[in-house]
Amino acid sequence: MAEKNKENVPFRNVNENPCNMCMPMGGILALKGIEQSMVIVHGSQGCSTYMRRHIAEHFNEPVDVGSSSLNEKGTIYGGEKNLRQALDNIRKVYHPALIGIVTTCLAETIGEDIERITGQYLIDKEMEEFPIVTASTPGYGGSHFEGYFFTLKRILMQLTEAVEKNNKINIIIPNISPADIREIKRMLALMQIEYVLYPDFSDTLDRPFAKPYTKMSNGGTKITDIRSMGGAVATIQMGITIEDGISPGKYLEEEFGIPLYNIAIPMGVESTDAFINTLVEITGKNVPESIKQERGRLLDGMIDSHKYNFQGRSVIFGEPEMVYAVTKICVENGVFPAVVATGSQIGKFNQLVTAAVAECVEQSKILIETDFSHILAASKEGKVNIGIGPSDGRYLTEKGDIPLVRLGFPIHDRVGGQRLLSVGYTGTMMLLDRITNTLLENKYKSYRSSMYEKFYQQG
Amino acid sequence: MAEDLAGSITERDDFIVTKGKNKKQLKCDTDSSAGCVSQRACVYCGARVVLNPITDAIHLVHGPIGCATYTWDIRGSLSSGAELYRNSFSTDLKEQDIIFGGAKKLAAAIDGLVNKYQAKLVFVYSTCIVGVIGDDLEAICNAASRRHNIEVIPVESSGFIGNKSAGYRAAGDALLRLIKPSAPAVIEKNNSINYLGDFNLAGEAWIIQNYLRQMGVELNVTFTGDSHYTALKSAPKAKLNIIQCAGSMIYLAGKMEELYQIPYIQISFLGIEDTATSLRNIAAALGEESMIVKAEELIAKETARVEDIIKGYRTKLEGKKAAIFVGGGFKAISLIKQFREIGIDVVMIGTQTGRKEEYEIMNELVDDGTVILDDANPAELEKFMMEKGANLLVGGVKERPLAYKLGIAFIDHNHDRKHPLSGFEGAINFAEEVYSTVCSPVWKSLNALGMKSGVANHG
Repeated sequence: MAEKNKENVPFRNVNENPCNMCMPMGGILALKGIEQSMVIVHGSQGCSTYMRRHIAEHFNEPVDVGSSSLNEKGTIYGGEKNLRQALDNIRKVYHPALIGIVTTCLAETIGEDIERITGQYLIDKEMEEFPIVTASTPGYGGSHFEGYFFTLKRILMQLTEAVEKNNKINIIIPNISPADIREIKRMLALMQIEYVLYPDFSDTLDRPFAKPYTKMSNGGTKITDIRSMGGAVATIQMGITIEDGISPGKYLEEEFGIPLYNIAIPMGVESTDAFINTLVEITGKNVPESIKQERGRLLDGMIDSHKYNFQGRSVIFGEPEMVYAVTKICVENGVFPAVVATGSQIGKFNQLVTAAVAECVEQSKILIETDFSHILAASKEGKVNIGIGPSDGRYLTEKGDIPLVRLGFPIHDRVGGQRLLSVGYTGTMMLLDRITNTLLENKYKSYRSSMYEKFYQQG
Repeated sequence: MAEDLAGSITERDDFIVTKGKNKKQLKCDTDSSAGCVSQRACVYCGARVVLNPITDAIHLVHGPIGCATYTWDIRGSLSSGAELYRNSFSTDLKEQDIIFGGAKKLAAAIDGLVNKYQAKLVFVYSTCIVGVIGDDLEAICNAASRRHNIEVIPVESSGFIGNKSAGYRAAGDALLRLIKPSAPAVIEKNNSINYLGDFNLAGEAWIIQNYLRQMGVELNVTFTGDSHYTALKSAPKAKLNIIQCAGSMIYLAGKMEELYQIPYIQISFLGIEDTATSLRNIAAALGEESMIVKAEELIAKETARVEDIIKGYRTKLEGKKAAIFVGGGFKAISLIKQFREIGIDVVMIGTQTGRKEEYEIMNELVDDGTVILDDANPAELEKFMMEKGANLLVGGVKERPLAYKLGIAFIDHNHDRKHPLSGFEGAINFAEEVYSTVCSPVWKSLNALGMKSGVANHG
């Protein structure tokens, strides 16, 4: 049974240690995956700075994001002047090929009409062809997860055209690591599939060191490719948990009649099979031998580790899509998902997770729109011995002595969040090894003393 | 395109000067310009960072979730007692709260938290939308205060009412309210001092407390590192205030002088020179002969201990050039001297929230040709570091990846650091950190020959 904080008195009015970020954060991440793009956060200066800091610390990359720096005057009389100035300055310094504007609580509460403002701006500057995309993302409107997909949908709504059919498959991805994105591209290349991967922040947020430094990074989904997504053969969207209202894949289906295959992130055998089989189904292509070998190695490794994994009782937390995918991996490997939690409010989540854990002997606790104080309490109750999720979960380690496998976004207290590989057969194996080895490390840490205390001292 | 986009942003011109070149007065302490990608955060951030180290208080953010998420346990402030301050509580306002108001939710949140944690002190931070939807924070807090017979203090920190400095002021007002004696009785003065503007990052306030103890100086309370309700309440009894982080504390110090007749002196414990001077000034201000003697003993002993170590580093670092971009002016000023101690010249210096007086001191201290800039953005940092040939940058989390991408060494002078930079102990850490980054072998790899081209490439 899913539990919302609301039903969990006495703290229905307060969130204790948040397990989610706010909508514009998701918007920035989505826009960072578009080639030569810059983002302006329409709101007070702090929003943009906080989010930049959060992103920069995870990716270890410079993250330049503009702000309309709304002050008291702008709040009372409207922020048009600020937003226009921000557009001017961002264009001057960065020369972007596209500007995305996401809003904040403040801009939405004072009722800013950013479409009108930007439309007028482009007319006044005689540059109506320049792509400015807007997304209304008030912080109170949802979590960063919804902000991410909603912004992706908004970009399509403003850029994608009805074009002639092409041979490409749209691959829409959630907030996975740059290493994960590269792995998906590698698998697609092995399958000899033509695709548009959207959004693609594998280079923009994980740049190779190169001299001279450029303010704008290379990479990202090409704007011309986004425009032509309306002519694709099919869309594969790794977004099984997202609601139709914010689904970019659903939009492409409804607007351009492109068949939508909504699948889980390819993590674990079943979900990666589903990804590969979908590609086969759409294109009729054969799976190359090398991918079959990767799959075989994963199965081999799963057998090697299965008894260790059986000792695992996990708490899985973070963004709904990632949590769902990890839950599937845990179930496949005999790690019992004792607590499955997300800070986002996603209607489908409960049903999907309930189905995923149906065959477990015990009943999992599913928490929606929750916070870390509830996750901790449920973890203690569920005798959890491993946590899987972003680094905010260090709270569970500190307060509940639960070792943590860091996964997802953000990871602030370790390096390499951008390099964590967890998708596909090979990535799954790497994630599973991290899980198994964490269980082993924790067991060995106290093995001698705990046996001594348990048996010798009693005797 | 209809307009010329070449060149820099003209509205930034007044915020940048080169010593010796132009006589103009540097502009500072004003709102950031839209689209300039300021490194500053907001009013709420300023208030939160100042108040958050108060260990036994409930820090409740009245607003949407993001403001609480991005500030959860972000400071490395240490506590010798309570841990309550390390939680981030939020009323997690949603769309319906924006429409109907968040007053009831806030009152219930305070009730719930006070009942659960039995705290004597609650800070309620206002965020952008609270300032717009008009929840009467004052009335709600007063009512809660009476209901629970504890202090519930509103912090007027709506993000758009100014910049980070306005947040320092809001925190100052909250602190003044807290320390105000309940009855207008005559305050019994004692011989102790208050230490303003140390947040006990990595135990820095403890290091200073030990020095003071060795000098026979009694420390009453620190604002706000490792402070708690009872200790703060006793603040008006002190004889002298010493202020380190003047940017955040000068307002409070001025008010305490006016209200409680506590004079203040500015000090800094960054670097050997400033630490020694500060200890002498404190002893002199208190005027007791024994303190003056003990201060000299301490300075002599500690200087002898650290001098040789620092000299060792100096031989390795002599002639390198530093760029500085930090939050407040006091830090920047001390860093100039601290770099001099290890043979490094400062070629670029700036702050987020430095004051006019502080910039004047910086201008006096640096060599001709040094660039001084207020509220800089990444493009400016990049430009001047490259132009001036900086070998290292001192900054915060957002600046770090920029330095690294430019192939420049970096010193973390942020709130998250896990090593103290204060006092004689900190001076060693500082020199060691500079050495560890400037003289790291990784930079050699950047100049390695790289890969050869294959024959095929020449075809």
